[in-house]
Amino acid sequence: MKPAAFDYVVAHSAGEAVAALAGGDTQVLAGGQSLILELNYRAARPARLVDINRVPGFDHLGVTDAALRVGPLVRHSAFADLDHGPLGTLLGRVAHHIAHPPVRARGTMLGSLAYAHPAAEWPAVVTTLDGRLVLTGGAGARTVAAADFFTGPFGTVRRPDELLTEVRLALLPVGTGVGFAEHRRTHASFAQLAALAALTVRGGRVDEVRVGLVNAADRPVRARAAERVLLDRPLDPAAFAEAGQAAAAEDADPRPQPYAGTAYQRHAVAVLVRRALDAAHRDLAPTGG
Amino acid sequence: MRVSLTVNDRRHDLDVEPRRTLADALRDDCGLTGTHIGCEHGVCGACTVLVDGVAVRSCLMLAVQCDGAGVRTVEGLAGPDGAAHPLQEAFCAEHALQCGFCTPGFLMLAAGALESDPGLVRDPERLRELLTSNLCRCTGYEAIRRAVIRAAATG
Repeated sequence: MKPAAFDYVVAHSAGEAVAALAGGDTQVLAGGQSLILELNYRAARPARLVDINRVPGFDHLGVTDAALRVGPLVRHSAFADLDHGPLGTLLGRVAHHIAHPPVRARGTMLGSLAYAHPAAEWPAVVTTLDGRLVLTGGAGARTVAAADFFTGPFGTVRRPDELLTEVRLALLPVGTGVGFAEHRRTHASFAQLAALAALTVRGGRVDEVRVGLVNAADRPVRARAAERVLLDRPLDPAAFAEAGQAAAAEDADPRPQPYAGTAYQRHAVAVLVRRALDAAHRDLAPTGG
Repeated sequence: MRVSLTVNDRRHDLDVEPRRTLADALRDDCGLTGTHIGCEHGVCGACTVLVDGVAVRSCLMLAVQCDGAGVRTVEGLAGPDGAAHPLQEAFCAEHALQCGFCTPGFLMLAAGALESDPGLVRDPERLRELLTSNLCRCTGYEAIRRAVIRAAATG
């Protein structure tokens, strides 16, 4: 199908973008890989688009004060070969699972966060890593914790007149292993379920662990029950399966899906969490943890 | 809106509605019907073109976004003398097309990838993954994979 008619404005600064949003019934065009699809379906029929692709500096991606700062025009493909230690490694592994190269070349991390598709990878990543999201509106900017940002499928606390202008992710400590495991029907399909893990070991004990789930509830999940199984205990790969069981039983809250009942989804969560932790553990092996 | 696109090194000054996708503008306003439209939601890849050298879905970009941009379509692959591009030669040699509907998209996907990363064909896993970007529903992907490898060797 073809989109319904809309007006189109090009913003050349954050201020111009925010001013356009203040006009109401306006959607932000960044990568457009979900928005234009919805326009083509006529599922979205905004009165106006504000195109932020020509805002200088919106493609910034760099580390300040031990945090990676990501601007609104950083494409998924920019994370493919990122430095910045274990955080960069994790983001690269996750980006590899998003759609396919032509979509990764256009779609943006911040667009994915603002869209909040339940099967999207980035929302679970920023939730699990305690990311901070900067929302800029006419009255100024506010910072929201990722854990407070997502309210449900396609739901966030972003107000219609606010622009998501930055995400900040704290660097992961040296000696952290990272893993990501995804279950999907074909290579380029949406994630049916996915899990990520970051495991920091000191002196043979699990000093810090983060486990997150994609598409396992009505919003991104930080799998605290799975983390409790491992935290402050001697590193024991045999416990990864136990952590997976905890994630499946206590952290996940799956909804029935076509061809995937909740029992099946919980089983898959247990398997994926174990695989993500195994991958994180393999990361640690070369240095002996 | 008035926009100016450079398509296959030729400038096109267009007056298009904002809702016009790049795919429709190429076909209906520039008269370049080699770019095919399949699903119109970014899945099939038949509409893949290069925008400033990068392979993108032209159904998921608006023509107005491309004001000032350089676009390359399948019509721009052949040389000035009409000689087929090495990828086109290789697709023929390897029988990498049957009905041909997906072919322009696969050619542009491969052209963009080989130009930015010629070593791609030495990594079977990356090449396989690249080719999952687009759908072919008759010939199968193995011949397409062989054709890209052949083109990289002869190009």
